[in-house]
Amino acid sequence: MAAATKRKRIDLGPWAFVAPALLWTAAFFVAPFIVMVVVSLWERVGTDLVASWTFANYLKFFERGHFFQAMVNSLEVTAIVTVTSIVLAYPFAWIIAEKVPARWQRLALVLAILPFWTSYVVRSYSWLLVLANNGIINQALLGIGVVDEPLDLANSRTATVIGFVHFFVMLLTLTIYANLVQLSPNYRKAAADLGAGPLRTFWHVVLPLTLPGIMVGAFLTFVLCIGDYITPQVLGGNNELLMPQVIMLQIGRRADFPTASALAILLMIVVTIAYLGFARWIRLERA
Amino acid sequence: MTKQVRKTKLKNAVLGALLSSVVLAPLSAQATEELNALVWCDHTDPALIEPFEKKFDVKVNLKEYEGTGAALTIVEQSQPGDWDVFVIDGVDVPRAIDADLLAPLPADALPMDDIFPALRMEANHVRDGKTYAVSEKFGYNTISFNKAKVDPADMEDMTVLWSDKYKGKIAVYDYYLPVMGMVAVGLGKKTSDLSGADLPEIKDTLFKIKDNAKLVGEVVASQTALATGEVDILVGGGEWVTAGLSADNPDLDWILPKQGGMRWSQSIGVFKDSKRQELATEFVKYILSPEGQAKLATSSCYWAMPANSKAETQLTDQQKTALRWSDQESYIANSQLYPAPDAKLDAEMQDVWTEFLQH
Repeated sequence: MAAATKRKRIDLGPWAFVAPALLWTAAFFVAPFIVMVVVSLWERVGTDLVASWTFANYLKFFERGHFFQAMVNSLEVTAIVTVTSIVLAYPFAWIIAEKVPARWQRLALVLAILPFWTSYVVRSYSWLLVLANNGIINQALLGIGVVDEPLDLANSRTATVIGFVHFFVMLLTLTIYANLVQLSPNYRKAAADLGAGPLRTFWHVVLPLTLPGIMVGAFLTFVLCIGDYITPQVLGGNNELLMPQVIMLQIGRRADFPTASALAILLMIVVTIAYLGFARWIRLERA
Repeated sequence: MTKQVRKTKLKNAVLGALLSSVVLAPLSAQATEELNALVWCDHTDPALIEPFEKKFDVKVNLKEYEGTGAALTIVEQSQPGDWDVFVIDGVDVPRAIDADLLAPLPADALPMDDIFPALRMEANHVRDGKTYAVSEKFGYNTISFNKAKVDPADMEDMTVLWSDKYKGKIAVYDYYLPVMGMVAVGLGKKTSDLSGADLPEIKDTLFKIKDNAKLVGEVVASQTALATGEVDILVGGGEWVTAGLSADNPDLDWILPKQGGMRWSQSIGVFKDSKRQELATEFVKYILSPEGQAKLATSSCYWAMPANSKAETQLTDQQKTALRWSDQESYIANSQLYPAPDAKLDAEMQDVWTEFLQH
């Protein structure tokens, strides 16, 4: 009996440690998610929510072209942002890790993430001013005679992508930098001993070994970008709608929580599929 | 419980009560009553609100929204009694009455006779002899433009918006009711007779406008686009966009085209579940007073005509000129009220609008 009591106490110990995390997840993820799933099966009829247990809200996504197009737009914008951010962040991280003296690297990283310190909304509106017809970019291009008419940069997909890339380059720089500084110099020495030049060493040794850092950053970029409402709303000029905007339209203007819930769950499914795609690469880090 | 423990607890309770009275008394002396109002952004101007706050020693909490659908969503997500004052589009007052949101107002204590006759709108505001809301401000959703950049004569015909003459120079105000109503007027329809059968033609025309548009934006974004020269024409604009900006940029103008335009009006009422009915009614009285009306008409968010004709005495000549006070009779004659769709048509119109945004 005494032994059994002792065994029971030992078994409860770990649960006590994980209980706060479990409770937190249950209260702030599982429960709201279940509510969202349930509501997505209801219907908005007039001003009432009716528990009709139907998949009609999910079918709307496929039946109404503007809903489906929103998902296509979201995936296109997210793909462009992710690839562009990686292409810009990698050299940036490499310069900080390889070319900046160790004692200055911390300062360089602080400077790299400095724009994070300003409000996300303010930063988006600032980009609108920068990209406007009479903004600094168009005025500079007109001033040096590169263009005769201002370029249509603001209120467009280009503006949305620029706003996103500005934010996510910083994020990716951090994840790639963290990976680069962990690489032992011996890898490059060994490659050089075997006759590989700098380019070949980078392509066959450094890049594959930093792939986990790239993929972790890319996944975070994907998740944050595809779910973001502010940037496309401020910079896109409503010239196309992305999924978060369509979801907000259902909530903000129609109080149609069932349709909004169904669209949000479909977006979650896409993010889950993306995770499964990225997980293969993310696992490399643990191998 | 021992006698000693009871004594200690009693002592602690007394000390706690004394401490509370010492600490909290000054706070309660400083505290003011609060009033929660659901409003369009023009009510957030401190110049409008502060005189009322000072007079009644009250803090007015203002939540701004755009579009009745958004307002009703906020109300649905709130607890009864959370809101005291409701500013709502005049055509949507019957929806609010149907939803049992509004309390009857003491019409005899309000300046009903001073309201412009076209703005009294008894059919919308009065039910079973009880007044549930009163018009407070009105204006037009039509065409605002920069006359230094576009030919004003072109703006007299609404169809120029869906030709490609000003392609890339147009912004559209992101509110489906006035813009769809305006397009309907441009197509020769009556907004009061709109039905689902009219939507395909309206949608096709909206898509043509979108092809010419640079952006679709809410109040501030669309105003900013016109003011900064990002666009030269604003569909759905009017004096609410240009009147406040005309002092700085006299080239900004607006027009009711020959087909006509949309007349909007805001109404103010008190929520039925308000726990501060008297104070909320005082707020309505203040807003409808000549002083409140003049400040509301020239609010920093947007200018527009006051509903109370006596506000004239509180406005300067420059302000009245910007508001085109003396032209109102002809403007009212050449404008129609917003469409007032039922729930089904409203949903269909919002679907069309979402398609328009996605186009």
